[in-house]
Amino acid sequence: MSLSAIWSLAQTALELGLTCSLTVLALFLSYSMLNVCDLSTDGCFTLGAAVGAVVAIAGHPYLSIPAAMGAGVLSGFVTAVLQTRMGIESLLAGIIVNTGLYSINIAVMGKSSLLNMNKTVTIFTRMKDLLADTPLAGQHELVISLAAVALVILFLALFLRTRLGLAIRATGDNPDMVRSSSINPVFTTTVGLCISNAFTGLSGCLLAQSQKSVNIDIGSGMVTIALASLLIGQTFMGRGSVAKRAVGVVIGSVIFRLVYTIALRFNMPAFMLKLVSSVIVIIAIAGPYFKSQVPMLRRRLAGSGKEDG
Amino acid sequence: MLTLSHISKTFNPGTVNEKTALTDVSLHLEKGDFVTIIGANGAGKSTLFNAIAGSFLPDTGSIVLDGQDVTFQPEFKRAKSIGRLFQDPMRGSAPAMTIEENLALAAGGGGWLSHVSKAEKAAFRDKLALLGMGLEDRMRQPVGLLSGGQRQALTLLMATMVPPKLLLLDEHTAALDPGTAEKVLALTESIVREGKLTCLMITHNMSSALELGNRTLMMDSGRILLDLKGDERTGLGVNDLLRMFKENVGKALDNDRMLLS
Repeated sequence: MSLSAIWSLAQTALELGLTCSLTVLALFLSYSMLNVCDLSTDGCFTLGAAVGAVVAIAGHPYLSIPAAMGAGVLSGFVTAVLQTRMGIESLLAGIIVNTGLYSINIAVMGKSSLLNMNKTVTIFTRMKDLLADTPLAGQHELVISLAAVALVILFLALFLRTRLGLAIRATGDNPDMVRSSSINPVFTTTVGLCISNAFTGLSGCLLAQSQKSVNIDIGSGMVTIALASLLIGQTFMGRGSVAKRAVGVVIGSVIFRLVYTIALRFNMPAFMLKLVSSVIVIIAIAGPYFKSQVPMLRRRLAGSGKEDG
Repeated sequence: MLTLSHISKTFNPGTVNEKTALTDVSLHLEKGDFVTIIGANGAGKSTLFNAIAGSFLPDTGSIVLDGQDVTFQPEFKRAKSIGRLFQDPMRGSAPAMTIEENLALAAGGGGWLSHVSKAEKAAFRDKLALLGMGLEDRMRQPVGLLSGGQRQALTLLMATMVPPKLLLLDEHTAALDPGTAEKVLALTESIVREGKLTCLMITHNMSSALELGNRTLMMDSGRILLDLKGDERTGLGVNDLLRMFKENVGKALDNDRMLLS
């Protein structure tokens, strides 16, 4: 394999990893900080992609970004209201919203399950034109995804240190404490989910525009892929400052895509992606558990050996 | 400062698990009162605190805090004027967050989007130094690394950071080793005294119930049995308390934990 082929593979992985890492950062906020496993992620990702595509096709490439994020905020708000105001279990709230979003997404896409943006002006085509005569020509996808990731990390690093950010972290860290404090968990959960889903929507919007198409299945399995990336990132960076951990999960996302791209090179069929991500999540979560069981097993084995002898 | 009128609470009414936790409890606290509460397990001490803090809505009665009727106010709103410590030292602080971040949460103030200023950090440092536990040099460490006693002292600091109108202490030293418990209790006393806080403290230690504060309540079966203050309280000993309990209830106090401590 030539060097340029390797580079092009790495670049694909990098671009895809960065774009999808926005969803990983969303889960970093909802799952790692707020301790809510937001299962509406798949639907919200597609919603962002669909809304972004529709707005771009209507001739507003720049407006498509805030529109997709706004749609994400709405979706997150509904998920939050279901679990904080209506007594619906948080996992179930996500599943319900995810199911409902399927219909909404098709409606947004004009009763179709596929939208084509081959001739649409998007922020990617704009950036491509902009970079045409610079040394960065052809790197528009990388530039946009890097910029988006950098902005989101910057936002998270600043936001999670504000009083509201601290309150959101405390809500996930010690619900008992929050219950008897002046923090209103309904408020913090709602704000947290709205923000995280805005990032998910943005992620979907950027992926769709870079691929120049939206499929109703674009977001399916996204929550597992993002969780896998999140957990990979956490094993790399461990515990540290919020910014460091956020960078860690982005690296996790890129590593995940890299591993996947390499696997594809070795003729793994593309449909295996979801299985691979499931297995990674299982290993990442079950691994530490099994590790904690090792001393117990070892002593048991040693103990039974002595008794037999 | 605090007036409870005819508070009653029955849990699981109409079921086999029906439990009357509070029966027509009325209580009035003056500003600056430091009241200790003793009573056997299930006497309703913690339920009384839950009613005051707003963890549940009482079946009857009203709660007035500093002239404001808070009976229907949700817990998090009341928490602005009520500081609360539990027996479990893990309950009052967020383990994955640093000491500094926990204190910033407790200090409140500023807008939602404001950051913790340098001046505030310096103030946190000074307050932490008062605890005498060396925590002022560990402000950037996660609270999860602290010992139970350190965490409870930190929680005490957090609860009194913005002086609350009312401080509720629910056996907050019971889970600590004797040395640490003594230290946290001494800290409590000095913080309450210096801040002139109004305070209710549940304890299982009868001698400290009589030594600390200016008033002692004894609870049994959801009622306030004895309300000792002023002259009748001074000079009382643990044995007097036991005798008074027996006279009022008709049976001896059978709480080993209280008798042994």
